[in-house]
Amino acid sequence: MTTTTPFQDIKPQRPWQASTKDKSVTLGIFILSVALAYGVVLFTGLSGKLGMFSSFVFIFVFINSGRSYLQFGSAMAKDSLVNILVAVGTFLTIIPIASILFEVFSKGYKGLYPGLFYRDMSLNSPNDPANVGGLGHAILGTVLLVSIALIFSVPIGILTALYLTEIRGKFSRPIRFLVQAMSGVPSIVAGLFILSAILYPITKNNSSFLGSLALAILMIPTVARTSEEVLNLIPNDLREAGVALGGTQWRTVAMIVVPAAKSGLLTAVILGIARIAGETAPILLVAGGGDRYNYNPFNGPMGSLPHFIWNSFRSGTPESTARAWTGLLVLLVIVFVLFAIARFFGNRKVGK
Amino acid sequence: MSTTEATYVIPEKREVTTKPRFSDKVFRAVVTGGGLSSLVILGLIFAFLLYQGLDIFKSQGIGFITNSDWDITYDESGYVLSNKFGLASMLIGTMLCAFIAVLIAVPISVASALYLSFYAPEWLKKPMVTIIDLMAAFPSLLFGIWAYFILMPSGAYWAKLLHHYFGFLPFFKNELRIFSNSPFIVSLILAIMIIPIITSISREVFAQAPLDRIQAAYALGATRWAMIRAVVIPHGRNGVIGGAMLGLGRAMGETVAVYTVLNIVFQINWQILFGAGGNVASMILLKFGEASAYETKALMAAGLVLFVLTLIVNFLSDLLVRSFGAKGK
Repeated sequence: MTTTTPFQDIKPQRPWQASTKDKSVTLGIFILSVALAYGVVLFTGLSGKLGMFSSFVFIFVFINSGRSYLQFGSAMAKDSLVNILVAVGTFLTIIPIASILFEVFSKGYKGLYPGLFYRDMSLNSPNDPANVGGLGHAILGTVLLVSIALIFSVPIGILTALYLTEIRGKFSRPIRFLVQAMSGVPSIVAGLFILSAILYPITKNNSSFLGSLALAILMIPTVARTSEEVLNLIPNDLREAGVALGGTQWRTVAMIVVPAAKSGLLTAVILGIARIAGETAPILLVAGGGDRYNYNPFNGPMGSLPHFIWNSFRSGTPESTARAWTGLLVLLVIVFVLFAIARFFGNRKVGK
Repeated sequence: MSTTEATYVIPEKREVTTKPRFSDKVFRAVVTGGGLSSLVILGLIFAFLLYQGLDIFKSQGIGFITNSDWDITYDESGYVLSNKFGLASMLIGTMLCAFIAVLIAVPISVASALYLSFYAPEWLKKPMVTIIDLMAAFPSLLFGIWAYFILMPSGAYWAKLLHHYFGFLPFFKNELRIFSNSPFIVSLILAIMIIPIITSISREVFAQAPLDRIQAAYALGATRWAMIRAVVIPHGRNGVIGGAMLGLGRAMGETVAVYTVLNIVFQINWQILFGAGGNVASMILLKFGEASAYETKALMAAGLVLFVLTLIVNFLSDLLVRSFGAKGK
């Protein structure tokens, strides 16, 4: 048995959306502008991609706004002008990132081979061809550097966030500012600080432990600010429920608030790791860099991915440059993966 | 099964009090201690750099900031005969590059933020935001090496064009016609690095524009641009300026990406297209390798100057963003 309702085959109208006619007119103007810009490049002094791009933007803006002006008046003309300008701005933002990704992948993949991930450079110089030596020692060094930095920065970062969200004491405002200021500390200053406070007076020797301390300083603000945002999202009902059940503040925070924010806090930590994994300047100052495996973070220079890339880049031969790109590819993939994991946890619903 | 006698224990009346328990006192102390650690760390950075650089500040006086020579000579046994340390060219170079970078980055970032907030189709919005956030997480070493190999040739070509058409302006003069390794290219790479930061802050600020006023503007028949000019820009202006200041701070402290590109020269250079310039952070990295113990102290002092400079910029940025927050509610 079928029932028919009136108005069944009437589709909702969306007058604010561009109709097929509008779209085809825009496309036509687009093609016309490309053709005109090509003509301009052919027949005038402008040349190259830059000349093509700028003359295209100029012509496209001119025709599109002119059409809007004739059809709808000056307000619409301004709107379409701004529409194109902001789209061009976004295009200019995306161009460098596309170029960076393209160059790193196209230049870096040539150096990839299985041995790269477990061999070290103790028998090779950066100038050797790409199929000998590897960055196993550098990956180990980066993992150790980051892990030790985590031991310091995660508790401090999360405690700072807890102070700002749970205690909300009289220092909240200054601490929020100081965390902000700390995120602006130049990485080289963090390196100089460890150098002046620990390396010169006490250890007098490079070690990756000191590098970790410098990285921890750079990581704390990222962890603290992201954690604060996450903890702010935890509904106050949960805290009130905890207190109403007779829990002390300590038990409420430890057993309700923090578990509820678990995935968000993990995101904060991972974003912090992504921030420091490629940090170069402090590592060059305090951790030094070796070309062989070093399992002891407290003694002797230790290689790391940034140092490996830096060293290869500075050698300046075609082989070492290729090595640097390969190192960059590995580093970039690590950052990618960390970022994807952070997104995955960050998109899950808070409190589940 | 035997029957069990149920016993009911009536608890004694508890004293009702608002006094925090012992565990809470410990908890509060620990958390407050953790919270204050940022203060402690910043204080320690200041104290140790000052301690190490004190000799330099004493011997150079105000000249450490106003001179632009960097010379140190030793006798055979390594004893310091004479020294002269001045940061003026480095400081001017740092601020010049950072300032131009912000000038380039702000219009592009604000345009991107406006596009992503109000103009972009829905299917485009999310991937674009993800990509721009990802770009903010790129290591600066990556930007530096990319800038050296890829951006530098194009940048030198653009500089040549600027010089050709606007060479009569004092900033764009370049007698020696060396266009690579110039402050202009440094400004370009710094701009590329801070665009994602300013874009994401501007997006957050624009997202907080009051929805009722946006809808009121549309209901009155405003176009998107008229709405943006009437509602979004007045509301978000201070926030965007604060974001730009934050970008300025980042650009001033950048080390590696500047080091790969810039030809560091201890001479004040206002000609941004000419391949010579100064930068405090990169200079520290450059001199560190071969520095003697005494020169290292000068580098510490330079680090302190840079640290204080970025703190001031961050402070101003914080004030501006906060004043936005107060008005936005």
